[in-house]
Amino acid sequence: MTNTIPLLDVRDLTVEFATRRGTVRAVDQVNLSVAKGETVGIVGESGSGKSVTSYAVMRILDRAGRIADGSIMFSGIDIRHASETEVRDMRGREISMIFQNPRAALNPIRKVGRQIEDVLLQHVQAVPSDAREKAIAILEQVRIARPQERYHAYPFELSGGMCQRVVIALALACRPQLLIADEPTTGLDVTTQKAVMELVVELTRERGMSTILITHDLGLAAAYCDRVVVMQKGHVVETAASETIFKSPQHFYTRKLMRATPRIGVTLRDLLPPDTVLPESPPAAPVAAKIGAPLLVVDHLIKEYPRNAMSRTLADLFRRRRDKPDDTAFRAVDGISFDIKRGESVGLVGESGCGKSTTSMMVMRLLDKTDGTIGFDGHDIGAMPVKDFAGSPLRSRIQMVFQDPTDSLNPRFTAARAIADPILRLGKERGAKAVRARCEELARQVGLPVELLDRFPHQLSGGQKARVGIARAIALGPELLILDEPTAALDVSVQAIVLNLLQDLKTALGMSYLFVSHDLNVVRLLCDRVIVMRAGKIVEQGTSDQVLSAPQSDYTRELLTAIPHPPI
Amino acid sequence: MLQTIGRRLLTVIPTLIGVVIVTFLLTRVLPGDPAVYFAGPAATPDSIEEIRKTLGFDQPLATQFVYYLRDLVHGDFGTSLTTGQPVVSDIAARLPASAELTLLGLIVAILIAVPLGIVAAVRQGSFIDHACRVVATAGVSLPVFFTGLVLVYVFYFLLGWAPAPLGRLDIFYMTPNSVTGFYLIDSLLAGEFETFRAALAQLVLPVATLAIFSIAPIARMTRASMLSALSSEFVRTARASGLSPYRVVITYAFGNAMLPVITTFGMVFSFLLGANVLVEKVFAWPGIGSYAVEALIASDYAPVQGFVLTMAVLYVMLNLAIDLLYGVIDPRMRLEG
Amino acid sequence: MNQAVSVDEVSSATVVAQPGAPSSAGQSEEPTPVPTNAMPPEDTGPAAPQSSIFHHARYVISENPVTGFAFALFLLIVICAVFGPWIAPYDPLASTDATLAPPSASHWFGTDQLGRDILSRVIVATRLDLGIAVWSVALVFLLGGISGVAAGFFGGWVDLLVGRLADTIMAFPLFVLAMGIVAALGNTVTNIVIATAIINFPLYARVARAEANTRRNAGFVLAARLSGNSEMRILLGQILPNVMPIMVVQMSLTMGYAILNAAGLSFIGLGVRPPTAEWGIMVAEGAAFMVSGEWWNAFFPGAALVLAVFCFNLLGDGLRDIVDPQRRT
Repeated sequence: MTNTIPLLDVRDLTVEFATRRGTVRAVDQVNLSVAKGETVGIVGESGSGKSVTSYAVMRILDRAGRIADGSIMFSGIDIRHASETEVRDMRGREISMIFQNPRAALNPIRKVGRQIEDVLLQHVQAVPSDAREKAIAILEQVRIARPQERYHAYPFELSGGMCQRVVIALALACRPQLLIADEPTTGLDVTTQKAVMELVVELTRERGMSTILITHDLGLAAAYCDRVVVMQKGHVVETAASETIFKSPQHFYTRKLMRATPRIGVTLRDLLPPDTVLPESPPAAPVAAKIGAPLLVVDHLIKEYPRNAMSRTLADLFRRRRDKPDDTAFRAVDGISFDIKRGESVGLVGESGCGKSTTSMMVMRLLDKTDGTIGFDGHDIGAMPVKDFAGSPLRSRIQMVFQDPTDSLNPRFTAARAIADPILRLGKERGAKAVRARCEELARQVGLPVELLDRFPHQLSGGQKARVGIARAIALGPELLILDEPTAALDVSVQAIVLNLLQDLKTALGMSYLFVSHDLNVVRLLCDRVIVMRAGKIVEQGTSDQVLSAPQSDYTRELLTAIPHPPI
Repeated sequence: MLQTIGRRLLTVIPTLIGVVIVTFLLTRVLPGDPAVYFAGPAATPDSIEEIRKTLGFDQPLATQFVYYLRDLVHGDFGTSLTTGQPVVSDIAARLPASAELTLLGLIVAILIAVPLGIVAAVRQGSFIDHACRVVATAGVSLPVFFTGLVLVYVFYFLLGWAPAPLGRLDIFYMTPNSVTGFYLIDSLLAGEFETFRAALAQLVLPVATLAIFSIAPIARMTRASMLSALSSEFVRTARASGLSPYRVVITYAFGNAMLPVITTFGMVFSFLLGANVLVEKVFAWPGIGSYAVEALIASDYAPVQGFVLTMAVLYVMLNLAIDLLYGVIDPRMRLEG
Repeated sequence: MNQAVSVDEVSSATVVAQPGAPSSAGQSEEPTPVPTNAMPPEDTGPAAPQSSIFHHARYVISENPVTGFAFALFLLIVICAVFGPWIAPYDPLASTDATLAPPSASHWFGTDQLGRDILSRVIVATRLDLGIAVWSVALVFLLGGISGVAAGFFGGWVDLLVGRLADTIMAFPLFVLAMGIVAALGNTVTNIVIATAIINFPLYARVARAEANTRRNAGFVLAARLSGNSEMRILLGQILPNVMPIMVVQMSLTMGYAILNAAGLSFIGLGVRPPTAEWGIMVAEGAAFMVSGEWWNAFFPGAALVLAVFCFNLLGDGLRDIVDPQRRT
């Protein structure tokens, strides 16, 4: 039973920003309330205004931003009209905030213990003589082992998960009534994510704190929030109790979001709104691709990085052959073997640092291996050094879709020029007209409006850039396509479209996929087989069903249980 | 910690070797017969031959280099034709004058430029911010010798506030007993306050000239790096924790902003040591810069070589000090390096 | 990184700028525009018109009148350099009896100790000073730019070599090294050009190297390798066009420094000899008179120096705005 007077009561909040293009309204007539002890989730895609709302509540908007309308009442205090001194007093003591990217959130040249002390002393929760004790006690509360030692640590000495705990410690040091968590687990591994969220929940429940959890991850919201607020383009579209909103979403946008979230028991088509028109006429039901002979065979692949970079440079300089693996070296990939058959889609999953990206780089022939073989259609492509492979006729048969659409496009090339690059170097078409025609054909295949071909990357949206990257990758008609987290940087609704596109292209063009991802739900939808990696080794492999529904290894089980599922 | 210092000292050695080689080559690159240059304009063919033998110009280049090194190690930089003294003692005698001038100029510049840059960054868009930007752009456009002359004209000729630009001390005063060679310190140590005032008066304009010259790059760098620090995520966290403005700006932002500023000092020193030469000419300051310039005009090459070598070694040491300072302040360097 | 950053969107007006997004130090105060990816693919919005460099240049100049001013000044300087001898009212080398005459209607800048018209000398000197700067910057752009880009892109021994060379030069206070070089090579204008080029080499090479290095493993470079581009082709076709704009900006800034350097060297008697008209030597000749009150001798050539360097610095800043592809629309 919640109190009738909410702890935080936001009414008709409107926030505007002065930009070069004029005033932009980031948040428009937003209503939001948080009761004492309640956890409210604000869910939305990019541009929804969810973060701006919380920045307005804390009054830490950017210089160019201002609260144009509405009221913000916290525990009876009018935050919007309070003086800067009053608000500063409340920050950290009554309302606290934790952000994404924990290591960047800490002062790099100050000991973490001292940073906690700063907050304690500022809000008179401690005096200089006992500040240190209290800081260590708080470190202990956030489950940091050996807090007396860690007090003296600098952020760069701590792992990402530990840094986030320190940030939580900073936020909770003065026992505020409200904690705002802005995408606190984005960028962290799924297992670390779970640990951090459980910690936050435990500490806030224990102290009767209210929490606002801002996230784009519906699963997270479902698992940890009592009520959910859905925002789109600066407006609140729906507010309801967590159970209600997942069981029976009312608003069109909410339904679209839920539908687009990858989860168990649905197919790719189910992610899309029912009336979507797709670029190529799709088959009524996705046709299971015919799986043929092995196309890619990887055997005992090893990649080592010598501990001493200097010795490596010198060794290269003197062309010393490193035929014996160095025992003190660091093995990013430690003797893995797998294969990919024609027409098959194989998912390669693992947490950060497991070696999946290194593996994909080596298969791609952008990185030289240390040992092992990489066989493609009978050729030993691993034996060819990276420099020479660009000129090999095999180059056009293996291509890649990159993770970051912005980074993978030359800022000075138009979309057309970027897509044309492989055609100009290795393609059959000759002459400007033929190349252009091919570019337009590819643009149509990936659903990119032809008018956008002459735009530069900074004039395209994230989804459009992703399509350009895909068009470029399929331009030469490759047989094997490696996709390195291709939808990680995209909103969930755009991701749904891109995943469907990838599936359709695969069937239409008869490609095989190596899909590298940390997101098991996405892999489940797109891949026939799954390989789980950890610390450079393969922990488990099998069909998607086998691995994801009935995992053999403990690690896979751990990964699966760590993923929060929305009850959709 | 000692390990880091030791390692840094080691990196200095190849640099010093490079410096020595370059200075050596500079004299051997002279067009024509080097012996003629070192013998001087009034030399006879016999004395030229003698110089050639004494300075070893008839030997192959490698042997000459060995002689050069040997002389250096013994502190022999050659002899000046104009003063007749060993270059090394000339330089040692004149170094304190240049050092006093340069150090004061730098200190004054830092005292003005750093606060200016901080305030400009904190109060973006304000009058101070614009003033800082103007200072930064204009400051790098002013030739240092021009600034010096304008200052002399305004403050000496027009207003009569400053003394004549005739060196370190008016002829009416006795130079204080030399302890450090810095007139300001020496006169205070000897209790001669009149001399102190007179020396200070002579210093005002040249120091102001050097300071004006240095303020621009320091202010520009301070402002830029403060802006960057103020918009960083850890400052956002500090603000969200409710820390006082002083703590946020000084302890958190400036603490981090200072690091790039310190690395700029190396470049500022490079400019300063060069500007020093020009300022000494304008104010007739008896330092090593004017020593070299006079020697150049008289085609006296040994002092020039000694001067270049001295300045380079000084500069290398200064850079080393800056590196060490940076290493002490930044814990990332301290613990990983 | 999973979080999608959103900002100004070309079509929709309600999308927001991310608060607290780090603004680039010293430049724009608002978050730099980055397109949103929340736009569904079917909705293209109005097509953005392809604007030329000219349109954009006009836009930047109208936004920032200071750049326009710098541009006008630049034109003035070029005119003086090219047409100097014809615009000058008097013969710059002709001595007259009207020595040390203050500025007047007949001699706008006054005359010097040999009765020569200072205005004419200042105008004619533009060609020499500008010439020295242009030649040395061109030289350093070629040598420093090429070696820097090669060092940044290829790494390995090229990087080591260029690095050592740059470090050795930077071990000296630069002006002092220039003095030494001119003293060694001989007291001529050519050697001033060479000396200036040498002392600017490290900075240039460093900037070029840094630019090439950050791009060396960028996504689009990897993609270019996938497309079958050889390393050389990547260097010339992909890396260089991205590095050029920064190089051009750096060139403008280096011009200012080169002018100051040349003037400084002539001030202490190196490079140019009387009776040649050159700003630095004119200030040197006028220095003694400054102390006794005849300020016009040294002031006008000095002011010309200040204006020229100021102009190139402002131009460099303005060029940076024009050439940055983020700002193009």
